[in-house]
Amino acid sequence: MARIIVITSGKGGVGKTTTSAALAMGLAQRGRRTAVIDFDVGLRNLDLIMGCERRVVFDFVNVINEEANLNQALIRDKRCDHLYVLPASQTRDKEALTKEGVGRVLDELAQTFDFIVCDSPAGIEHGATMAMYFADDAVVVTNPEVSSVRDSDRMLGILSSKSRRAEANEEPIREYLLLTRYDPQRVDSGEMLSVDDVQEILSLHLLGIVPESKAVLTSSNAGIPVILDRESDAGQAYADMVSRYLGEEVPHRFLHAEKKGFLSRLFRG
Amino acid sequence: MAVNEEKPKSDVSSSFELKAASFTLPIIRLLDTDVEAVAARLGTKVEKAPDFFHNTPVVIDLGSLPEGAGEVEFPLLVGLLRGYGMIPFGVRGGNPAQNAAAEALELAVLRDSYLRRKKAAKETKDAERESESRAPAPQGSDAPIGLLPGRRANPGFMLITRPVRSGQRVYAAGGDLSIIAAVSSGAELMADGNIHVYGPLRGRALAGMSGNLEARIFCQDLQAELVSIAGHYRVSENIPVEMRGVPVQVFLDQKILRIEKL
Repeated sequence: MARIIVITSGKGGVGKTTTSAALAMGLAQRGRRTAVIDFDVGLRNLDLIMGCERRVVFDFVNVINEEANLNQALIRDKRCDHLYVLPASQTRDKEALTKEGVGRVLDELAQTFDFIVCDSPAGIEHGATMAMYFADDAVVVTNPEVSSVRDSDRMLGILSSKSRRAEANEEPIREYLLLTRYDPQRVDSGEMLSVDDVQEILSLHLLGIVPESKAVLTSSNAGIPVILDRESDAGQAYADMVSRYLGEEVPHRFLHAEKKGFLSRLFRG
Repeated sequence: MAVNEEKPKSDVSSSFELKAASFTLPIIRLLDTDVEAVAARLGTKVEKAPDFFHNTPVVIDLGSLPEGAGEVEFPLLVGLLRGYGMIPFGVRGGNPAQNAAAEALELAVLRDSYLRRKKAAKETKDAERESESRAPAPQGSDAPIGLLPGRRANPGFMLITRPVRSGQRVYAAGGDLSIIAAVSSGAELMADGNIHVYGPLRGRALAGMSGNLEARIFCQDLQAELVSIAGHYRVSENIPVEMRGVPVQVFLDQKILRIEKL
């Protein structure tokens, strides 16, 4: 049985899609059969980040409406055999996502995949609630900033009450925190919330800290999940996150600003 | 006993009589479920004639609410009316879900025979639709957790062990509410009795919802947006800085809300 992971946040622009792409690619690279679904119907982005926008024929809504079958709609990633993308529709609205339809598609995917990553749209409306309804795990993507933290908190409340697991009185969704766009220098100077500040409010299992990085934008524009950029700090942070999600103990990195040594200051300064 | 002796001792049943009487009562006809808007309007009305409303029994009329207006926040509304000295004791013209919510607060559901007959046909249809669409809904985060339609057995208190997140509402009907986790800003706690919070309290806490002036709020770390006892409230702006972040109790002293260090 596949594990269904929702990537959510409440707030927009915090890095949900980047995280979805990175997590899905990371899991697939470790040999897990992974499907990543774009729930942002009407504003599809995931296919761009995954670099498969030119190969979209059918989409998620087509499958829900039984206008296409899953195999026709799933796009296999060219870089990794275990990774498939189910893009969102650009021409419909989110009402096209019905609980029965989404449930059926996820059930069908669960037969053949190990992990299903659901990229949630921003907000707490229909699309977002559909993305999290069937989830087993939730990764709450948060920026170290007060409004993002509050929205994540709100999202956690919804996760614990409006999901299938909550309604069936099963074990609750496992909730993880991923802190993105973290800038240790600004944290040190008191301009940005620190990990501890965020955890004081959310108190969740911390899956990782992704530093603010130019690599994220460059990779997104190039259609390459940033996790494939092993040189970059963001890529490494995402790789750590995948390891932690799979249960490995990896110490947290990128918490503190790099201290500039005497020599580097001398030569670069 | 003195009273009894004066009465003819013919039989036991003469200790009381059952009779019907009709009263003319003020009715608050809700046109909107937004309690804060009601609060604003009502405040100005009451200020003009405070004596008129003091200890006046009132009925809440739900018959004029637009369909699909959302849930009426009875605990807040009742707390508000009591805060102004009124005695809300019943509702009329509500749909089954609203009546259930009102009953959970020990409000009487008054049957208005005229209204009933007129709406009877529509009502039954509504009720059917209601029961269909409602079935999975009550767990919603926007519905107060304790206020589920169908009114479950009340143990007299409520214990919450998981964090209460922004946007969640918890209502302990008829008793105390204890929380051994954090309460986030934007969350709302309500109880007819006391409220105890053994984590940081950053949301709103409203104790003594059914008008109990003896109810108190106890918390380890007060960072609340609003605290209220039986409708007497204070917003975070009016909470002294030295009371923030320390263990405190909030209580009413001569109808004045007081916050003291523990």
